Amino acid sequence: METNSKLKVIVEYDKCCGAGQCVMVAPAVFDQREDGIVIVLDAEPPPEQYAAVREAVAVCPGAAIRLSESA
Amino acid sequence: MMKTPPRVLVVGASVGGLSVVEALRREGYAGGVTLLGAERHLPYDRPPLSKKVLTGAMEPEKTILRSESAVAQLNAEVILGDPAVRLDLGAREVHTAAGRALRADVIVLATGLEPRRLPGQEKWTGVHVLRTMDEAVALRADLLQHKRLVVVGEGVLGTEIAATARSMGLVVTLAGPQSTPMASQLGPVVSGHLAKLHTEKGVELRLGVAVRELVGGDDGRVSGVRLENGELLPADMVVVAIGSRPATGWLAGSGLDLADGVVCDARCRAAEGVYAVGDAASFHHEGLGARLRLENRTNAVEQAMAVAANIVGKDKPYAPVPFFWTDQYETKIQTFGVLHPEAEVAVVEGDPEKRQFVALYGKNGKVIGALGWNAMKTIRSYRQLVVDGKPWADVVIP
Repeated sequence: METNSKLKVIVEYDKCCGAGQCVMVAPAVFDQREDGIVIVLDAEPPPEQYAAVREAVAVCPGAAIRLSESA
Repeated sequence: MMKTPPRVLVVGASVGGLSVVEALRREGYAGGVTLLGAERHLPYDRPPLSKKVLTGAMEPEKTILRSESAVAQLNAEVILGDPAVRLDLGAREVHTAAGRALRADVIVLATGLEPRRLPGQEKWTGVHVLRTMDEAVALRADLLQHKRLVVVGEGVLGTEIAATARSMGLVVTLAGPQSTPMASQLGPVVSGHLAKLHTEKGVELRLGVAVRELVGGDDGRVSGVRLENGELLPADMVVVAIGSRPATGWLAGSGLDLADGVVCDARCRAAEGVYAVGDAASFHHEGLGARLRLENRTNAVEQAMAVAANIVGKDKPYAPVPFFWTDQYETKIQTFGVLHPEAEVAVVEGDPEKRQFVALYGKNGKVIGALGWNAMKTIRSYRQLVVDGKPWADVVIP
């Protein structure tokens, strides 16, 4: 189902609950501050990261991560 | 390659149900999908309801999990505000309150929980339960108008609501039969620290005594909570948070085993072509060799992903490392594994006095759980000890 569009990672920081699930799923794209809040390491990750990033969006327990797709 | 079913019906449009639909599409499933929800809202997130939505820091609409356009992209039929009332297992057909009959090749049950209530509580105004967005809005309105709150129930939800209401300036009493808050979730050591935190913040703890009844005035409004020892806790309003039961009443007589929620196998299958996901699903965890029913947010999503994989023929047993978190005041508690209340507990990093620590839970000589108290980043590195069931003696110095 992967398309040719480019993915951009968008985080709503006020929704981040610091669970770190995104870091476990996509460590090349996400990290955490000491207080747990997400750090986006790569807001426009390469296509080989897309599956991991989509899973991070799915498992984020704060629903804080979105993707925008552009051609 | 196994043939995928032409039509999937997901009953329950909270995070578990939505996640099944999303995971099916990520798996490349191109068949027909229907998502049926009892509430009129688009799928929304429940954890903020007892915290930021109550304080007003988050608008209720902000809990909506996906925008309308994101939901539209799932190419699913979404039916909201119409509860399922009956399952015909043989015909694989779900009947709804509005009279719909929805037939599918695979049905996923994700109807979640419903709060337990005290007998007779509907007699009084000013008595709340909290499960839905509408209930959160009603509770917030009452919290803004009143001063004295009694929370009945010292579990996760009750303690979170007590913390939130106290931070909003209310006079709060927390009542429940266990001797410390969240004792059955955290065990005596950590729940002792939690009791201390609530006391320091000014919450009155009336624990270790069961609640006998609610009392009210001639005006029909609740005025207090009577404990089994006779003590009367005065209240302008009461929250009843005494746990939940799986919302499976509509499945009675369907032929499914409903011993504790929907009883499933290790692949979350309850019957041929029927799966269960989320708070109401009791599944066999192959790794632990035990039956589990997990009432938490991350389980709903992970289990949904496993079920979607099974629907498209991947044959995937579901054996998660349970994770849950609670935010109370400025304290954030996160846990991995199953924190058996009788487990040994050892603080392995930080210091409870400094309000930042990691505790490990051990049973039968193995690490079974890890808990971080304001240790959001460090706790993750302890997860692997739980996964591996590391020998207790290797990680804890006696």
